[in-house]
Amino acid sequence: MISFSPSEEQALIVDTLKRFAKDRLRSIFREADENGELPADILSKGWELGLVGSSIPEQYGGFGEFSAVTGALALEELAWGDLASALALSAPASFAFAILAAGTEAQREALLPQFSEESFVNATSALIEPRLQFNPRKLQTTATSDGNGYVLNGVKSYVPLANSAEHFLIYAAENGQTQAFIVPAKTVGLSVGEREKLMGVRALEVARITLDNVKVAADAKLGGEAGIDFGRLYARSQVALAALAIGVARGAYEYALDYARNRQTFGEAIGQRQSIAFMLAEMLVEIDGARLMVWEAAWKLDNNQEVTRDALMAKHNADKTVLMVCDRALQILGGHGYIREFPVELWLRNARGFSTFDGLAMV
Amino acid sequence: MAIDFKLSESIDTQRQMAQMVAEQMMRPVSRHFDEHEHDIPWDYINAMWPIMRQNPMFGAVDKPETATDPNKPKKPKTGNVRMVHLIEALSWGDAGMYLTTPGGALGGAAVAAAGTSDQKNRFLARFGDSETPVWGSMAMTEPQAGSDTSAIRTTAVRDGDSWILNGEKIYCTGGRLSLEESQGLVVVWATVDPKLGRAGMKAFVVEAGTPGMQVTKLEHKMGIRASDTAAVVFTDCRIPFDNVLGNPEIPKAEATAASADAPKGFKGAMKTFDATRPAVAASALGIARAALELLREQLSIAGIPIRDDVPVNEMSAIERDVLELEAQHKAAWLLTLKAAWMMDSGEANTVEASACKVKAGEAATVITQKAVELLGPLGYTRELLAEKWMRDAKINDIFEGTGQINRLIIARRILGFSSRELK
Ligand SMILES: Cc1cc2nc3c(=O)[nH]c(=O)nc-3n(C[C@H](O)[C@H](O)[C@H](O)COP(=O)(O)OP(=O)(O)OC[C@H]3O[C@@H](n4cnc5c(N)ncnc54)[C@H](O)[C@@H]3O)c2cc1C
Repeated sequence: MISFSPSEEQALIVDTLKRFAKDRLRSIFREADENGELPADILSKGWELGLVGSSIPEQYGGFGEFSAVTGALALEELAWGDLASALALSAPASFAFAILAAGTEAQREALLPQFSEESFVNATSALIEPRLQFNPRKLQTTATSDGNGYVLNGVKSYVPLANSAEHFLIYAAENGQTQAFIVPAKTVGLSVGEREKLMGVRALEVARITLDNVKVAADAKLGGEAGIDFGRLYARSQVALAALAIGVARGAYEYALDYARNRQTFGEAIGQRQSIAFMLAEMLVEIDGARLMVWEAAWKLDNNQEVTRDALMAKHNADKTVLMVCDRALQILGGHGYIREFPVELWLRNARGFSTFDGLAMV
Repeated sequence: MAIDFKLSESIDTQRQMAQMVAEQMMRPVSRHFDEHEHDIPWDYINAMWPIMRQNPMFGAVDKPETATDPNKPKKPKTGNVRMVHLIEALSWGDAGMYLTTPGGALGGAAVAAAGTSDQKNRFLARFGDSETPVWGSMAMTEPQAGSDTSAIRTTAVRDGDSWILNGEKIYCTGGRLSLEESQGLVVVWATVDPKLGRAGMKAFVVEAGTPGMQVTKLEHKMGIRASDTAAVVFTDCRIPFDNVLGNPEIPKAEATAASADAPKGFKGAMKTFDATRPAVAASALGIARAALELLREQLSIAGIPIRDDVPVNEMSAIERDVLELEAQHKAAWLLTLKAAWMMDSGEANTVEASACKVKAGEAATVITQKAVELLGPLGYTRELLAEKWMRDAKINDIFEGTGQINRLIIARRILGFSSRELK
């Protein structure tokens, strides 16, 4: 039956993450952006909240049930706190959830239990390629069968935590179809390049990786010989990224709203003027609408319904919304919005990334 | 409870029935009633009446809880979620005809929102009992008072056991159906003391046939032409004292000065809108869905693909337009559903009701205008209905509060400014 109220369990998770986002992430995000790195303990603190383990069923060592709706709720809160931290915490999840959803029984049994242990698992995935018209369904990185296994060749970009990662999930085209391969970091031919410098999420370490005749065994292919339904996994990454975008947008909206209430010009609060007030009203409407699209797509994922177009719409709409909202938030702060002492310019830089971000997170 | 998008079977069945009515009874005559303004679609009305009597869309009197077992959980209310689904489907058929659906409509909603339980029984019973169709309507707008409802001049003066109404109302949807074509009623907003501003505003029920009330004009409109839009004039129109909805007490000037931002009479009007704005949004989105479906159908006939599995930067301009229109439509619909669900759940939904109205009013306008553009010669011709839908859709950004007024309502709430601080 139609309902928009989270379950008690979901409410509890949201509550916990809200606190973490407010107390922890909001106290480090600016400095982390300036320094280009996250404080050492932020990932372990986040990990302690059981973000990944709580979505892995008991039989694989976890302590929960997977739900895309819950995932979307959680990611919104994290991104509200800090997008760079949220993406760093999402990197292992994008690896683990793909294994859980599409892996063979053996792959799940071998790889999933570590995600429920206490220390952060350095796992990540690599989808994006460094070119203008990147298309995840037409990858230039290739996987060729060599009789015993596969040989991977190509270049991946924007790979989070590439330098410290122990496990990679690498997406490559096999006979024109996007498949995924589990590749340990020390595999010969896999090299991690210089760190990439981005406009936003500067605290998130991302790098290019090069695959030069990387040989992996046949059982490294996610889902075994049959492979994966990439469309389904991709939809999950679209929904996750859209949820993160909502979190960023909400943060900027709330900040601008508060500012508009208090900032005085010509003897009145700027929020008393329609040109400012209407912008804020529209920001609220767009954020709420975009969030509901994320929820509905996530709900369809959880209920095994067709979701390709819903996920596409949710992602595209969230990308547009977060940019619009952050741009307006900056406008509402005027010159102050442009100054790095205020958070809004950072959020606008982060927001611009969403139209490029692909496969960096998963619900 | 958990977040859930599954429609209950009973609402889904009713929605499908409404969709069938829309296809079979509305679409075939849609053009006729567009081109013959002020003709009344009696076939549709008579077919709908037995259904609407049983299951009113607006102003339903909640059935008393029959369950005596205190441990048995209360059945959650679903009336508003049901309503938006039915309105959406009927408006897909014809939004003007939908507005002629017999029942309490805005008048019923106002009685339900602002009336005492005695008044609800007295005034709403006809929408279930009558053998012939009956309508309700609501008259707020006056020539000098549209968005600024506090500027209304229609007066209600107490005279013993009666009120005497004087004034002119315009743009009353269904005024003719409720007052001339049936034993219906109109809820009239009037002031008991113009000096009190909003605090002096109260809603009065005037029943069809009351001497001193007259429908003086039917407007000619750009769209929704099957629906009558009437001017109603009150000349020393005498109604019983207890036809004033809610609390009959006349506020004292000095007592209300302090609480002028939250006067009781005005609150009644606002409560009505919390229920009716999602309804307007749903109607807008039914029209928009019609336009999107026609667009899809014609694109497919023309062999123009709309793909889901290419990145946005590889899409054709039309694919991208369709994606954005459909996304607008979906966001607006989900906002509407949420506002209706909140109403059913007993949660305050003023912001959400305005939010869905803002989004749906704009989405339907943009979608139908763009559909006419993308359909080219098929869009602009009166042989198909796309051009009509564009004309019909626009009203949804105007009545029940314009897009601007609903932005204002949201902005005041979120910023915490009164109507005096943010005008
Ligand atoms: C077909 C139809 C059916 C209708 N049905 C009913 C009905 O059943 N009952 C009823 O009572 N009324 C009804 N109305 C009236 C309708 O609700 C009003 O027309 C509407 O509220 C706008 O009022 P107005 O036309 O006087 O425009 P105005 O109030 O004069 O507004 C003109 C423009 O100024 C903008 N504006 C006004 N104030 C502000 C502000 N403070 N800030 C920013 N912008 C502002 C408006 O958004 C609008 O764009 C109907 C109207 C039509 C056309």
